[in-house]
Amino acid sequence: MTQAAPSPTRVEAAVATVGLRKTFGSQAAVDGIDMVVPPGAVYGFLGPNGSGKTTTIRMLLGLVHATEGRIEVLGAAVPDAAGDILPRVGSLVEGPAFHPYLSGRANLARLDAADRFADPATSAVRIDAALDRVGLLAAARKKYRAYSLGMRQRLAIAAALLAPRDLLVLDEPTNGLDPQGTREVRHLVASLAADGATVLVSSHLLSEVEQMCSHVGVMREGRLVAQGTVADVRSAGARAVAEVTTLDGERAAGVLRELGLAGVAQTTTGATAVPGEVPPERIVAALVAAGVGVRAFAVQSPSLEDLFVSLTGEGFDVSG
Amino acid sequence: MSAADAPAPPRTEPDGRTRSAGTGTLRASVRLLRSELRLIVGRRRNQAGMLVLAAVPVLIAVALRVSAGDEEGGGGLLALANNGIFVALTALSVEIALFLPLAVAALSGDTIAGEANQGTLRYLLTVPVGRTRLLAVKYVSLVIGAAIGVLVVAGTGVVVGGALLGLGPTTLLSGTQVGVADALLRLALAGAYVTAGLAALAAIGLFVSTLTEQPIGAMIAVTVISTAMWIMDAIPQLDWMHPWLLVHRWSAFADAFRDPIFWDTMRIGLAVDLAYAAVFGALAWARFARKDVTS
Repeated sequence: MTQAAPSPTRVEAAVATVGLRKTFGSQAAVDGIDMVVPPGAVYGFLGPNGSGKTTTIRMLLGLVHATEGRIEVLGAAVPDAAGDILPRVGSLVEGPAFHPYLSGRANLARLDAADRFADPATSAVRIDAALDRVGLLAAARKKYRAYSLGMRQRLAIAAALLAPRDLLVLDEPTNGLDPQGTREVRHLVASLAADGATVLVSSHLLSEVEQMCSHVGVMREGRLVAQGTVADVRSAGARAVAEVTTLDGERAAGVLRELGLAGVAQTTTGATAVPGEVPPERIVAALVAAGVGVRAFAVQSPSLEDLFVSLTGEGFDVSG
Repeated sequence: MSAADAPAPPRTEPDGRTRSAGTGTLRASVRLLRSELRLIVGRRRNQAGMLVLAAVPVLIAVALRVSAGDEEGGGGLLALANNGIFVALTALSVEIALFLPLAVAALSGDTIAGEANQGTLRYLLTVPVGRTRLLAVKYVSLVIGAAIGVLVVAGTGVVVGGALLGLGPTTLLSGTQVGVADALLRLALAGAYVTAGLAALAAIGLFVSTLTEQPIGAMIAVTVISTAMWIMDAIPQLDWMHPWLLVHRWSAFADAFRDPIFWDTMRIGLAVDLAYAAVFGALAWARFARKDVTS
């Protein structure tokens, strides 16, 4: 009768997949991805709708069985050892889902009753603590069907926090939340990470990911097209662009070409090029020396959003 | 969402998991079963269903009371009928054909298909509840649900029938008379036998429920299955098939009211129930254990 959940062990990665693949019929929803989420990271999982993010998350949680490949979550194989490590994983998958005629508190009590490691004696305290953490304590007795979308989302996050977790998998956690709620979720993720938990958060809100994530992974049509720390991915993925504002765009473009810059283009406001290794001050000096009237000069680092579009190629369109 | 200053969940162990060492799987499963039963009993639709189940014995009792009033002192069947126990027995035999199987069908639609349809299945599984454990608890809750249904029918029959017609010595189908306590025991036996049949139907329902995400679809399928078996059972040309039909021996619960109790049919009936439950329980497990949950 005595049972103990496995204790956390030091692992190389909180989540690691090798050649993970899932096909539905003839279509590969996830096509051989090697995902690595380092322990303690806040990993932003990006990609257009239909790029395979949710299918990947479902595989990590043992809901969907992989066609090929291996998954390790907190050092244990999934789905074989899912029962051992999932108690240490809090998750939010594809939006909230609860029993409409039960109150928020009763819904959490039901989930807690399903957890064979949960202590019934501390159930009420833990449920109220989780509700309080997402600011839902005042609405705890209300029926779920009377909740707004934002309140439902909060309840789902509370469910993920019913027990202390080593890993949180949050699929679109800010969906349906107002700006205030979005900020609260950001703080929540930060505080969870500060407590030592690893957080895997999928999102469409790139500015959000940029603000709260240490690592990113970008999916496109079932493949992981970029992965690493935010800085690494940004520097590897897209190059900075030098932009000259001048009335004499033609001559400016000529100078940029002479300097050996790539991708020189004349624009309505001047010229642009990819500086590469050439330092900006040399470009400005050369322009001035050539007599180009420089009104402004800037080297723009791409935002994560530009990067995202360049990596996924299709912005937020649904991929096949 | 006060993030930083919120009270942290109580930590009872160094690794942060809260649990009592003695919480075994069995105790945890009983806790889940209680939650499951609360969900079943608390649901309005099920409460309305129980009222429907209870309405039949009330109707029978009232009808008997009215007709007994018409023919004061009439003997024969009415003398036999003038009893709450008889009302319960009649109500069971009336409801076993449709209402009780319908109740089991509705409950089994909720088990897996209903949770999948609502999306709550994915959250139960990531708790994690364990698929085999969830299926087992769901099945036990179905059987208890069926037992509650039978209890409602028989109990209402005894109470309302007893109030309107009296509770006295009961004349058995074999003609002998027994006391109230003996009759109630026999009624309990009959109810248990009916419940066993419904439990076998519940295994079919559980399997059907793992096939779909539409609880209504599962409910209709199970109702169709039980009704089709009753129809086939009524077609003499299909008599070679009758012994294999789940419902064929369901009516044998009345054998509890013979003197001595006639066990033979009920014994075979229980074996058939058990076979159905085993086959469809295994099918449900085989299906659910490897199922991709995409709802």
